[in-house]
Amino acid sequence: MNRIPILQMGQNLLVTIQVDMQDQMALALQDDLANKISATGARGVLIDISALEIVDSFVGRMLASISGISRILDATTVVVGMQPAVAITLVELGLSLTGVRTALNVERGMELLAQTRRENLLAR
Amino acid sequence: MSQESEAVLQLLAQHEQQIIEDWLREAGAASTRHTDAARRAMRGEASDILQALGSALKAGASADEFQQPAWAPLRQSLESLSRSRAAQGQSAGDTSQFVLAFKRPLFTVIQRDLAGQGDRQMAIIWLVSTFVDRMAQWTVTTYQQTREEIIKRQQQDLLELSTPVIKLFEGVLAVPMIGTLDSSRTQVVMETLLQRIVDTGSRLAIIDITGVPTVDTLVAQHLLKTVSAIRLMGAECIISGIRPQIAQTIVHLGIDLQGIASKSSLADALQLALEQQGYVITRTRQPA
Repeated sequence: MNRIPILQMGQNLLVTIQVDMQDQMALALQDDLANKISATGARGVLIDISALEIVDSFVGRMLASISGISRILDATTVVVGMQPAVAITLVELGLSLTGVRTALNVERGMELLAQTRRENLLAR
Repeated sequence: MSQESEAVLQLLAQHEQQIIEDWLREAGAASTRHTDAARRAMRGEASDILQALGSALKAGASADEFQQPAWAPLRQSLESLSRSRAAQGQSAGDTSQFVLAFKRPLFTVIQRDLAGQGDRQMAIIWLVSTFVDRMAQWTVTTYQQTREEIIKRQQQDLLELSTPVIKLFEGVLAVPMIGTLDSSRTQVVMETLLQRIVDTGSRLAIIDITGVPTVDTLVAQHLLKTVSAIRLMGAECIISGIRPQIAQTIVHLGIDLQGIASKSSLADALQLALEQQGYVITRTRQPA
């Protein structure tokens, strides 16, 4: 089974989903990501789904649970590059992913992560 | 082919020119209201119909079953007649009038040629009357279909025209909603707006509902869906143009718009949008 690669960029982890997600792949990604965050002590996770054209409720829930897992491990998750059709589908499925942060593209996502980290530092 | 059909066919062949002339006179083609070109077109239509009728009768078509394949050429020429009339904006009455005007010249010929054959004359007149009526009915039916197609196309145009997405400022899009919000409208708005957000890379979208006459739970639901979809894409959304009555309705209905930025006017929304992006507007001089 293919695994989705997780790249490390400084304090952030970058995941680009380039293929249609299967349930097994989604579960494996969730597992890998949790291990990787705790191993590297990453502070941000960026998931690029700009190539994803079809989603189902399972993948939608997976995005929400990844966000929840990384929050517990003290990392911020940003989902970037969602296609309009995917956004409409998720809304129609009743998954508005409250608590998941979103950005238009990878660049904006990185900005958002940097900004969140600054805010967290100030708050301390 | 029945005896009557044969007789009608014979009459048509014998007096073709005469019938067309009388028909056009009866239909008012000679009046000064028509241009020469229109008169020529009417003559063409009349002879087309006559020919199609001749071939249908020759094929042994019965007037009671107008859907038979034998009538197909006649139906086609009637359809083209009624389409062109509908496109010119003439009423269904005018169009069927033209076809019904075909009766009198035919009756005249029958009366003259078959004088003194009471029973046969009656049978032929009945046949002629039946198929001319069917023809007139058919023109009205197609006329109506053509108009309905026009209406459908216009509805589609209206749907697309009524949802423009405007770029207000660098990174700020606006959608002025006008008219009632239903599912299909919301769908179109959502799709065009989300696509524009991707194309322009805008961070903010303003939905202006000044032109929406009423907001009920369904409309609010549609708005919430659009806002959620925009948020999922990674952009923010402001709703503006909420009139006092609508604000009251929203509260009375218990619709939860929390978490959605709302402003009373588009100007306020634009100001908020600029502030959020770190722009400051200052006046450099007093206007004259």
